[in-house]
Amino acid sequence: MRRVVITGTGIYSTIGTNLDEVRNSLFVGKSGIGIDPFRKELGFMSPLTGIIAPPDLKQILHRKLRKGVSEQGEYAYMATLEAMAQAGVDLEYFEKNEVGILFGNDSSTTPVIDAYNKIIEKKDTSLVGAGSIFQSMNSTVSMNLSVILKLRGVNFTVSAACASGSHAIGLAHMFISQGMQDMIICGGAQEINAFSMGSFDGIGAFSKRIDQPTKAVRPFDRDRDGLVPSGGAAALIVESYESAQKRGAKILAEVLSYGFSSNGDHLSVPNVSGPQISLERALKMANLSAKDVDYVNAHATSTPVGDSNEAQAIFNVFGGKTPISSTKSMTGHEMWMGGASEIVYSILMMHNDFIAPNINFNNPDEFSAQINIIPQTIHKNLNIILSNSFGFGGTNSSLIIKKG
Amino acid sequence: MNRTEVVEIVNQFLIEEFEIDPAVISEDAQFIDDLDIDSLDFVDIVVIVEKHFKFKLTAEDLSKMPDLRRFYDFITAKVNA
Repeated sequence: MRRVVITGTGIYSTIGTNLDEVRNSLFVGKSGIGIDPFRKELGFMSPLTGIIAPPDLKQILHRKLRKGVSEQGEYAYMATLEAMAQAGVDLEYFEKNEVGILFGNDSSTTPVIDAYNKIIEKKDTSLVGAGSIFQSMNSTVSMNLSVILKLRGVNFTVSAACASGSHAIGLAHMFISQGMQDMIICGGAQEINAFSMGSFDGIGAFSKRIDQPTKAVRPFDRDRDGLVPSGGAAALIVESYESAQKRGAKILAEVLSYGFSSNGDHLSVPNVSGPQISLERALKMANLSAKDVDYVNAHATSTPVGDSNEAQAIFNVFGGKTPISSTKSMTGHEMWMGGASEIVYSILMMHNDFIAPNINFNNPDEFSAQINIIPQTIHKNLNIILSNSFGFGGTNSSLIIKKG
Repeated sequence: MNRTEVVEIVNQFLIEEFEIDPAVISEDAQFIDDLDIDSLDFVDIVVIVEKHFKFKLTAEDLSKMPDLRRFYDFITAKVNA
């Protein structure tokens, strides 16, 4: 098996639209959560959401290449440009070398709704417009970026609910470690518009703490009352160790292993055993024991059952000493993007010697009291970290990465 | 609507919606060779013409109009029919 490394990272999120901003936000525990008045108008149970400013691609990307790009595709393009710059690769490199793309994405709502409205209004599909189909599909991000960047390697989207971005990196690890690809652009992208979250709001999963938006997401806290949807995009340049060495690229981190499992249980209610299997598989594949891991970036979204079950799984595997935090306490739940963004956040922590806080963790519950949750930023040298991502349908992914 | 008004509206959407350089827009400009309009762009031209002029172009109509002169003429005739 070949070694797999990360040489570039990029981020466009609610706590910053580049690596520097996000590093600073993570360090000070800044929340990206606010209120969307439009959701109030629409009768949402919760108007809470991550707040993000859309990028203006008109100045940097030709109209023909923007035509099929969806909202989350715009975020993904910005994050990918940053990752490419950090890795020192460009269009010329992609022209001369076979590079793939694996992105996590699991919805593209607005273009579907717009097309529906147009068809109902006009009774004529030819008046929907040319960009709609390319914006509507789940594969919109990998589809568009592969054309924009002229990529010729593996090219598909991973749709695995809130573990999509993590599985994308895991699959890149598999492709590269097996010698099937030398470099893959990975990531996750998440739309943030109100309509994309309407049905999710409808099942009552979101926090109702609307009087205190920045305190609404409180993973592991006794008084948590639900998640807050968020979005953006994260991108990573993942390549073989030999490829990075040959290019003279700085290695930011090494992907040591990819653990995964499926709960085989309930659509929305997670359990303890599924995530625990994912954690244990990741450790076994990396040939590590729990004490070798310096930090766990938890999936914890701030839902009552999900956080409890993850706390139990973490305790069962790691005991009570390993430092744990959920960066979702600041970003909100970045869903399809989260598994990728949380690797970017973890790499930022590794290279700046700190653990970002699990903000709003004031009182533990029965299970979170057993594990070592970090409520305020601490300075710490991090060598090996594990990042969890879990999703609807009981899909679980755990990645272990080592500082480069 | 006279031809001058049609030309103004068409040129405006070519510049704003299709981001075409005003310098290459002329009566003799060819859609494919000069304006870099491709098959997907023609789909959007149908949408935009319907929005501005309230009629629907067909693929057959478009095939008869390789340049802007014939495009302006066709639209002017259609909106005044």
